[in-house]
Amino acid sequence: MNETTPNSFRTQPDDRGHFGEFGGRYVAETLMPLILNLEREYRAAQADPAFAAEFDDLLEHYVGRPSPLYFAERLTEALGGAQVWFKRDELNHTGAHKINNCIGQILLAKRMGKTRIIAETGAGQHGVATATVCARFGLPCIVYMGAEDVKRQSPNVFRMKLLGAEVVPVTSGRGTLKDAMNDALRDWVANVHDTFYIIGTAAGPHPYPEMVRNFQSVIGTEARAQMLERTERLPDLLVACIGGGSNALGLFHPFLDDTDVKMLGVEAAGHGLETGEHNASLLGGSPGILHGNKTYLLQDENGQIDEGYSISAGLDYPGIGPEHAWLKESGRVEYTAVTDEQALEGFQLLCRTEGIIPALEPSHAVHAVAERAKQMSEDQIILMNLCGRGDKDIFTVAEKLGVEM
Amino acid sequence: MTRLESAFSKPHAAFVAFITAGDGDTAANLDALVAGGANVIELGMPFTDPMADGPAIQSANLRSLAKGTTTQTVLMIANEFRARHPDVPLVLMGYANPMIRRGAQWFAEHAAGAGVDGVICVDIPPEEDDTLGPALRAAGIAPIRLSTPTTDAARLPTVIEGSEGFLYYVSVAGITGKQQAAIDSIEANVSRIKQSTDLPVAVGFGVRTPEQAAEIAKVADGVVVGSAFVDLVGEFGTDAPAKLQELTSAMASAIAKARS
Repeated sequence: MNETTPNSFRTQPDDRGHFGEFGGRYVAETLMPLILNLEREYRAAQADPAFAAEFDDLLEHYVGRPSPLYFAERLTEALGGAQVWFKRDELNHTGAHKINNCIGQILLAKRMGKTRIIAETGAGQHGVATATVCARFGLPCIVYMGAEDVKRQSPNVFRMKLLGAEVVPVTSGRGTLKDAMNDALRDWVANVHDTFYIIGTAAGPHPYPEMVRNFQSVIGTEARAQMLERTERLPDLLVACIGGGSNALGLFHPFLDDTDVKMLGVEAAGHGLETGEHNASLLGGSPGILHGNKTYLLQDENGQIDEGYSISAGLDYPGIGPEHAWLKESGRVEYTAVTDEQALEGFQLLCRTEGIIPALEPSHAVHAVAERAKQMSEDQIILMNLCGRGDKDIFTVAEKLGVEM
Repeated sequence: MTRLESAFSKPHAAFVAFITAGDGDTAANLDALVAGGANVIELGMPFTDPMADGPAIQSANLRSLAKGTTTQTVLMIANEFRARHPDVPLVLMGYANPMIRRGAQWFAEHAAGAGVDGVICVDIPPEEDDTLGPALRAAGIAPIRLSTPTTDAARLPTVIEGSEGFLYYVSVAGITGKQQAAIDSIEANVSRIKQSTDLPVAVGFGVRTPEQAAEIAKVADGVVVGSAFVDLVGEFGTDAPAKLQELTSAMASAIAKARS
C-alpha cells in the first residue's frame, strides 16, 4: 500500500471524474457539452427514486436478478483448498453481466429524450445486450463492430439483427474493437442532438466509468448480502476477469472498504506477457490517454496504440477502465494475467467439475481461482464472478482443441 | 509581433493549410503550400486512433505511420521547415497521447526548439488543460482551442480562457472532411465568438474549394483547409507538390479577393 492510503476506496472519482491521476474527460470540444449534460442528467436520475425503482424492477423481472450465489462443491474438492463460490451472472438474460449496464443506460437515454442508440462491440456480447434493450424500449440501434469481428462472431451478428439492430462493419484503422469505438465516437460527434452512446465497459470519458461501475455494482451488492446470509462471513478473496473491467468493478466495488477481503483482477496474457501478444494493459502497458480517459494502455514509445491479442474477443481491448488503474496504483487490488492456454484449461475444468460452460473471459478467472485455491486453507472462501456463459465460444474452443464441428 | 499575430494582421483572412506529417514528401509538400500562398501551416501529428477525423485524414495517418513516422520525425520536419521558412507560423495538430508520451514538458520544450508556434490538441478540452496547457505556455507555445456548434454561450468563456494564438471554429458538429456548414450559420457563430474575444477566429471542417474558402474569408479571420490537401497527397504521392501548389494558389487568390 502507498503511504497515502485513503480512508475509503469507494469515494472515487472526484467531481472532475478523476480516479487519482486517471480518468477525466479527454474528448473533442463537440462532445464536451454532451458529456457535461450527461453527467447532470445522471446525477438527477441518481437522486430520483423512480429511476432506481424502474431499474430494479427490470433487473428482477427482465434480467432475472438476483443472480444465484453458488457453492462449487466438486470444483472445491478437485482443487483441495479454499471453498470456491460463484456469482452466477452468466444466468442473466442474454448470458452475461453486460445487460445490467445496458438497462441502466437505456433508462437514462429514455429520460433524456434521446431517440437513437449507438454502441461498439468486440465479441458481440455488449452489442447483443444493447440491441436487446433497444428492442425492449423500441429505439433504433446502431452497433459498430470491427469487420474482422463481424466475420468471426457471426452468431452474435445474427442475434443483433434479429433484435432489430443495424450492425455496421468497421473497416477504418485495423478493423478491431478500438476502431469500432473510434467510429462510434465519430457517429456520436456527428449526431449529437438525438443520439445516446451506450458504452459497454467502465471506461471512456467521465461520467461513463463511474456510471457503468454503479450499474454493475448490483453484482457485488447482491453477492455481499448473499454471502453474509449463507455463510455469515465475507469471502477472503474476490476474483474476476478484466478486459475493460466492468464485471470486476461490479463485484469489487461494494467490498472495497472491507479491509479483510482481498481482490484479484485477471487480465488476458494471450500468448504470454513476454511475447508482446496479450491484452494485459495493467501488467504490460503504461499510462496514456485514449477514448476519453487517462488510463493504462498498450502503446509504443511514441504513444501509438498497439493492437492487443487474446483468445477471448471480450478481453481484446488495448485499454482498461481508469478505476482499475487507480486501484492498481493504490495497491488495493492485485492484478495478474492468464494465458490463452491456461484459460482453456480453466474452461474445461469448470465444464467437467460443475456442468457449467463458462465464457472464455471468466475462464481466465477460473484458472486464477484454481491456482489460488490450492494455496489457501479449507476454511477460506474465494468468490468469483462468473460473468458470462460460453455458448458463444464453443467454435473457438473446438478449433483450439483440434475438434472439427 | 509573433509569427501568428503577423499572419492574422493581413488585409485578407489568413489561409491555414493542413497536411499530415510523414505522409508523402512532407518537406516538398510544405514548401508547395507556402509557395502557393498559405499563411499558416498546420502540421498533423499522425495517431493510430484519430477519433475526430474523417476517412481522408485517417488514411493519411495510417500511411504516415506505416512509413515509420515517430514524434522525433515530426519534430525534425518542423525544425527543417523553420530553417527554410523563418517567418511562416507553424502549428502542430494532433491527439493527446503522442503529445504527452514522454511528458508534457518534454514535448513542449522540443516543439518550441523546433520552432513551433502553436499546438492544437483535439482531445484535451479546457477541463483537462493541466495535462498539457501549462507546459506549452511555459515554453512560449500558443495552446489553440476549438470551438464548435455545440459550444453554447454559457460555455464559450471556458473555451476562450487560456486560449492563445487564434480560436479554431469547427463549423460542423462532426468529423473532418465531410460536409460544410451553411455560410449564414458560420457567420452568426463567428460574430458571436468575436463578441467574447479579441483572438482571431479561423473556420475549418469541410472547406474544399476556392469558392467555399472565399465565402468564409468574408466573415472570418482565417480559413482552414485540410482534407482537400490530404486527399491530393494520398492520390498523387510524391507528385503531390505541384497539385498542392495549384490548389493553394487558387484558394489563396480567392481568399485575397474575398473582401474586395
